[in-house]
Amino acid sequence: MADYTFWLIAAITVISAAFVVLNNQLVYSAVALLFTLFGVAGLYVFLWADFIAGVQLLVYVGGILVLIIFGIMLTNRISSVRISHKSVQQGVGGAVIIWLFIFLSIVILKTPWLNQTAMEPASSVAQVGKLLLMKYLLPFEVISVLLLGALIGAATLSREDP
Amino acid sequence: MTVDNLYNWLMGFFPGITESPILLIIAILVPCLALFLFIALYALVAIYGELKVSSFMQDRVGPMGQGVGLHAGKWGLLQPVADALKLLTKEDLIPEKADKTLFIMAPFMIFIGAFIAFVAIPFGETLIIADLNIGIFYLLAVGSLAVIALILAGWSSNNKWSLYGGMRSAAQIISYEIPAGVSIVIVIMLTGTLNMQDIIKYQDGGLFNWLIFANPFTFIAFFIYFISGIAETNRTPFDIPEAESEIVGGFHTEYSGMRFAFFFLSEYANMFVVSGIASTGFLGGWQSPISGYFNTPSWGVFWMLSKIMFLVFVMMWFRWTFPRLRVDQLMNVCWKVFLPIGLLNIFGVGIWTLIFG
Repeated sequence: MADYTFWLIAAITVISAAFVVLNNQLVYSAVALLFTLFGVAGLYVFLWADFIAGVQLLVYVGGILVLIIFGIMLTNRISSVRISHKSVQQGVGGAVIIWLFIFLSIVILKTPWLNQTAMEPASSVAQVGKLLLMKYLLPFEVISVLLLGALIGAATLSREDP
Repeated sequence: MTVDNLYNWLMGFFPGITESPILLIIAILVPCLALFLFIALYALVAIYGELKVSSFMQDRVGPMGQGVGLHAGKWGLLQPVADALKLLTKEDLIPEKADKTLFIMAPFMIFIGAFIAFVAIPFGETLIIADLNIGIFYLLAVGSLAVIALILAGWSSNNKWSLYGGMRSAAQIISYEIPAGVSIVIVIMLTGTLNMQDIIKYQDGGLFNWLIFANPFTFIAFFIYFISGIAETNRTPFDIPEAESEIVGGFHTEYSGMRFAFFFLSEYANMFVVSGIASTGFLGGWQSPISGYFNTPSWGVFWMLSKIMFLVFVMMWFRWTFPRLRVDQLMNVCWKVFLPIGLLNIFGVGIWTLIFG
């Protein structure tokens, strides 16, 4: 049963991701991205990382995707947002893709994957929290300062009389 | 939780098999169907409640169904059924210039967003469809699906009122998610868990062990969460995305019939979800207000539902007593009042816990 679900989620992720890239209407791409993000969240659940799956939804779907759609709608031609892209530099692109494919295949095949038995951890949230506030305290605080800076910057930019 | 119990119960009929995907699918589908019927039934009750509450607030009697001929039952009890039938049989219009795929998809997306939130709401000690480790966080996360559905509904209608409505709702929901989330953080700080059932079990032992009365800061946090929750459901006084007198009907201007019914249903479902989170996080969920009495599982369902329905009633009460906020007032309240108070609350709860344990 878990196998079928995994393949279903993986198929949704890959197909919708292909749709994001190949579609030439931006809004449809954004909607397809929604399914990709949901699929990735589902894959996280398969890795027993339920907290990360939740974060994935909250940050990417609730924040970044909404921002993308907002951006599309603030453009002046919202009624027909089409990208008039043509395929250019096909030779170079193909070479890069083939190189990337071979490179990633080698990486995937050579990495010593952590083969854990399928045991559900008691609570991933507690472990994540402990690691964030003990082992990785400095990066965590640095990111907080960065986000605070971004917040202050946004507030400064949106002031009426700077 | 419920799914597991149902699955084990179903497996009991077939002693020879150890694992059966079909039975698992049945065990998942049955609670979902029950949930759908529950939401539909609840929506009928809520529509009737809204009609009556609005009538009484405005010194009217509301639907009464007197006289011969067109008759809406005793006290107008059949009025919501008539409303539902009207919505179902209405002609389904899709504007010519609309983006058909997204136009059709948006109402279902918003309903799915509300529907999947229901699976993590605990109705009783064992009556929860999925007892997730990250329950309350999951509820916050799936709430974001509604935003996208609303923007898409507004955009695909190809109507400027709809687009304005969609944009307004997105700005509003995203902004109010933050004070709501900050208030939920306080619940998580005190209980030390994200699991809905564990949060409720922490508040065992009567009215004064509920988190709303744990200390002054949680008392404030409850109100910040509840008001932000009302804003997230686009209810008056925060209904600027719909605002009939300003932008016609907002994101659902072009919707009619069945699709409009889905928006309607999701609004009521979202009210239920917000009230469910509020009563789980602050009002003790299915715990009885008197310690040691009325604590059986069926009383638990009663307490949970009555807490939720009371909060839904308060939302209706607000709707008919407060005027609508302006857009700038709305944003001021969120960013300049709720957010600083919410952050101070977190600080205060931390200090309070350090001093008074």
